[in-house]
Amino acid sequence: MDGVVQLQRQFIDYTTSLYEEKYLDEQFRQLQQLQDESNPDFVVEVVSLFFDDSERILNELANALDQQSVDFKRVDALVHQLKGSSSSIGAQRIQKMCIAFRNYCEEQNIEGCLNCMQQVKNEYSLAKNKLETLFKIEQQILAAGGSIPVL
Amino acid sequence: MARTVWRESPKKLEVSDRSSAELHVLAVDDSLVDRRVIERLLKISSCKVTAVESGSRALQYLGLDGNKDSIGFQDLKVNLIMTDYSMPGMTGYELLKKIKTSSTLSKIPVVIMSSENIMARIDRCLEEGAEDFLLKPVKLSDVKRLKDFILKGEETVEEKVTTHKRKLTDGHDASPESPSSSIEYDPSSPSPSAPKRPRL
Repeated sequence: MDGVVQLQRQFIDYTTSLYEEKYLDEQFRQLQQLQDESNPDFVVEVVSLFFDDSERILNELANALDQQSVDFKRVDALVHQLKGSSSSIGAQRIQKMCIAFRNYCEEQNIEGCLNCMQQVKNEYSLAKNKLETLFKIEQQILAAGGSIPVL
Repeated sequence: MARTVWRESPKKLEVSDRSSAELHVLAVDDSLVDRRVIERLLKISSCKVTAVESGSRALQYLGLDGNKDSIGFQDLKVNLIMTDYSMPGMTGYELLKKIKTSSTLSKIPVVIMSSENIMARIDRCLEEGAEDFLLKPVKLSDVKRLKDFILKGEETVEEKVTTHKRKLTDGHDASPESPSSSIEYDPSSPSPSAPKRPRL
């Protein structure tokens, strides 16, 4: 069916670009390997957990950075959490941004931290959009009776 | 016909563990995402998993085991502990120390997981008795390697099991020649012809 082939091609192109632009790295592939008939929604499940967790962290970060006297240890601890979970799902750009963020925490550089905060928020939004788009294409393929190409 | 001789196996896995014949891993991590991933890694590697969010929860779980440590509760017995290093409250290192200085729990192998590749940290953990130190994100190959290592003590038993299973499928006499020196042991599926028998 033409529709399925087109969607599959779209999926392949989109996925390839996500890896090339470093939105995703090898760890995402590892997650896909953990998905099977007994756990068909594993990747979506874990990524959803990541979204919820990240949003919590970003809120707490905004709060922590908004204080009169910023507790850099706390900010660092939060960024460390985000770095860990983004690494676990293969969200490389977020992870890298967190590394930079932590450096500013160590320097107790409030400007640097605020800057990174903004960038992390942006990277998170981008990653979220991209992953949701990817999952949508997957659903469309399955709905049309096709199978998801393995990359 | 070759006689199957069963060697005395090292006591890494208790006899009644063999009825489930799965490694039971206690995973400790404060990250929900990581708990889900490690759980899946372990399940796909045919391990039983209990995942907890902190060192104190882990000790609670292990402490309960200690109290109930009788034949009937072997199902709860933990064969391996995998813990994150950086956790609020009790760190993975502190948990490791508590386990290794405990009279009841010190024999359980402990593996530390960390996203940070710090030599001093790794050394400290290994010195305190950690079996291994894994860099996060943990991979399927890491889990496989760990599992193989833990099961290594049972290596000779597994070899015999494979031979015995092959004999069954080859249509050989299913009942062992010497009942007192053999056990039924099928990690993957129940043996249809021979009943499970405890080691004497």
